[in-house]
Amino acid sequence: MYPYLLSEFIVERREDRCIHCRVCERQCANGVHLYDAELERFFSVDKDCVGCQRCVNLCPTEALYVRPRLFDYRPNSSWTRDKIQNLKKQAATGGVVLTGSGNDKPYRIYWDHLVLNASQVTNPSIDPLREPMELQTFLGRKPDTLKIEFSAGKAKLASQLYPNVPVQIPLVFSAMSLGAISYPAFKSLAMAAKEAGVLFNTGEGGLPVEMRDEYADHAIVQCASGRFGVDADYLNSARIIEIKIGQGAKPGIGGHLPGEKVSDYIAQTRMIPRGTDALSPAPQHDIYSIEDLSMLIYALKEATNYTKPVSVKIAAVHNVAAIASGIVRAGADIVAIDGIRGGTGAAPLATRDNVGIPMELALAAVDKRLRDEGIRNKCSVMAAGGIRSSSDAIKAIALGADGVYIGTAALVAMGCTLCHKCYTGKCNWGICTQDPYLTKRLNPELTSRRLVNLLKSWSHEIQEMLGGLGVNAIESLRANREHLRGVGLEEWELNVLGVKGAGE
Amino acid sequence: MLVQQYYQSERFVPDKEMDACGLFGVMHTGGVRFGGQMAIDAIKNMKVRGSGLGGGFAIYGLYPKYKDYYALHIIYQDKNMAAKKTVEAFLKKNFYVVFDEEIPTNPDIRLFAPPLAWRYFVSPQKSSAEENVPDDEYVISKVMHLNSHIDDAYVFSSGKDVGVFKGVGFPEEIADYFMLDELYEGYIWTVHSRFPTNTPGWWGGAHPLSILDWTVVHNGEISSYGANRRFLEMHNYYCTLHTDTEVLAYAVDLLMRRQGLPIEVVAKIFAPPMWEVIRHMDDSDKELYTALRMTYAPLLMNGPFTVIVAHHKEMIGLTDRIRLRPITAGAKGDLVFLSSEEAAIRAVCPDLELAWTPPGGEPVVVRLHTRDHLQSLNKSI
Repeated sequence: MYPYLLSEFIVERREDRCIHCRVCERQCANGVHLYDAELERFFSVDKDCVGCQRCVNLCPTEALYVRPRLFDYRPNSSWTRDKIQNLKKQAATGGVVLTGSGNDKPYRIYWDHLVLNASQVTNPSIDPLREPMELQTFLGRKPDTLKIEFSAGKAKLASQLYPNVPVQIPLVFSAMSLGAISYPAFKSLAMAAKEAGVLFNTGEGGLPVEMRDEYADHAIVQCASGRFGVDADYLNSARIIEIKIGQGAKPGIGGHLPGEKVSDYIAQTRMIPRGTDALSPAPQHDIYSIEDLSMLIYALKEATNYTKPVSVKIAAVHNVAAIASGIVRAGADIVAIDGIRGGTGAAPLATRDNVGIPMELALAAVDKRLRDEGIRNKCSVMAAGGIRSSSDAIKAIALGADGVYIGTAALVAMGCTLCHKCYTGKCNWGICTQDPYLTKRLNPELTSRRLVNLLKSWSHEIQEMLGGLGVNAIESLRANREHLRGVGLEEWELNVLGVKGAGE
Repeated sequence: MLVQQYYQSERFVPDKEMDACGLFGVMHTGGVRFGGQMAIDAIKNMKVRGSGLGGGFAIYGLYPKYKDYYALHIIYQDKNMAAKKTVEAFLKKNFYVVFDEEIPTNPDIRLFAPPLAWRYFVSPQKSSAEENVPDDEYVISKVMHLNSHIDDAYVFSSGKDVGVFKGVGFPEEIADYFMLDELYEGYIWTVHSRFPTNTPGWWGGAHPLSILDWTVVHNGEISSYGANRRFLEMHNYYCTLHTDTEVLAYAVDLLMRRQGLPIEVVAKIFAPPMWEVIRHMDDSDKELYTALRMTYAPLLMNGPFTVIVAHHKEMIGLTDRIRLRPITAGAKGDLVFLSSEEAAIRAVCPDLELAWTPPGGEPVVVRLHTRDHLQSLNKSI
């Protein structure tokens, strides 16, 4: 059925600059650029353009411009362009409108309404170029107290500790499964995590056998409802095991990798037949209570001989604090909270943009609840979903996170331009696709370097801000809301965040 | 050549290192009680470090006659008699009060807004539900209740045979106000000369901060305060005195009394070695120090600090791990001194036998009937 959709972008070409090298034609998986050899002229199919800017970036003569086409319908504050376009898509297909990447709605981003403190005079700020500045943190359950024995005047640890995993900087790559992203992208994350001394998360797509030896020390493996690729060897090839209950981009929704993306390699890693849809339902069908969750947590601990922390990842939803409390009491060592701005490979648009709550509020509420119940040290808390910069990350830590998951930011470092079309499998940047022609665009050696650079620059920035606070160890900032102030927030928001308003 | 007399009053006289608050502590390791003159003179010698907006003393071995009873020093802001009535009803319900009186003060000394200061000697009167609660825990819970639920009433000290006297003024003024040199003797005296920087100068915010037998005087500013406070709240310690030092007093109580950790270990929790240093330790130490930093990360005290922590039989001096604040130790015979500066010690003990400066994170531990403090001599800088 004809969709009556207006194109979202206008492709403009400066003919005086175009040298007809046809790079744009080769780079566009959507077939936007067509070359007519007889006329020796390019034509653009604007309606197929997703605005990924690949052609613009690679055009050697800077002849191309891709701009959003914003004002073709009569301006209307209620019936906005995207509302009209989506209605037309639904009328044409009868299907759910899909999207990729994170929520782009102008909901309040609390990070932008929080400011940090800095030392002046009495408490000297610390210069990270000259003084040590420690960002290392440990993920896992901590004991309430330690037993220490003395022999010959020397103190010795007598307690047995729960398994904990050190990360050199409190930044961890979010769950992005092989299948949702390409092998080179997946490998780039693993390589970067190893080099930077942090962790990457396999998502629910399994961990390729040939990567297990080399990257096991830096892997978080996921056990999601589909149980793709989960066996004892997989579980033991990781530092942390994560049970995925929900994700911020689509709380209450499961995962779906279309059969056409399930190549031989993906099929082998996920332990499913080639070409079949990989469906993981939202509920784990053996979990209907905290007790059931506890059984799975301890089954995973048994399978790994109690050597690995078990994390439970949930979406930030209305009653998140009580849910997190239950999760900790069920025996989880880490609680990961994924906010409404969390990214995704594919989600129903309506769900992505309207279900869940901002991570900032959820994080503050969870931290408070766990402290009120005296169980905060029984787990680490990871904040995920919409961390765009080092300042977001440091504010998340000040709100109570032990560490921060970064997903979209890592994709952007690889080249992603947030065109929101991940679900099409035609990612021109070779990130969110399984098309061999496109995936070759990523070279893990080079891409992992970009990721390491990202982590390096964020850690430098975090060190600078920490130094400004007069703090030289990241643990002293954790849940230290004294160092945050709110600007332009209402009283209820300040209350939930547990921070004072600026000037107080 | 710099000659002091050429400088007028408003010009800087570069004859002295100054790093904020003046701290002083003196202990007779034989347990002999002595008067407060030494502590008062020493802190006076560091007047330049004071601000006149806060000062105070902690004295151990103070009430031998009532040494088996918890001595509650309670102040009533603005001499609020309604608060006193509420507090006393609370005390009557939860304690046996064997004796109480207004803490004597010198009416000739004028200080800023002095509250009514009262002391009560009490022992727990537990309900049947609380029978199994240890006395110390019982007292802490009641002190926390008083401090956080009754306006205008604050418990300044709550230990046995120990008392805290503090207020808004120079420490020597506080001493004169409470007539410390005339009325009291003790075997440990600690003193502080300045208001906590990040609080309004008020009586409750002055040092020492205390809980049970623990008292803390502190020079510096704890930038990890928020993280420390939130951790301590999990263990039912509530910070009500609006000052960062309060967390140190509670952290010491939690770690040393409740969890039974020795100060040598507690020092490594407050001021732990850098990860880089831990990495180079032998396996046993690496395991210990890693576990300490992991487990007690929220009690790492960040920012500059020097503290003198005292309790019965022990006085401990400690600076932060990058040593942003000064401390000096000195000894002569059974007297051991800790201070912000050597000059203050020498002012009261000119024939000092030993003086040394411990590095950041290395505690000087002075113990009754031992020479343990000399162990830190070897590590001094």
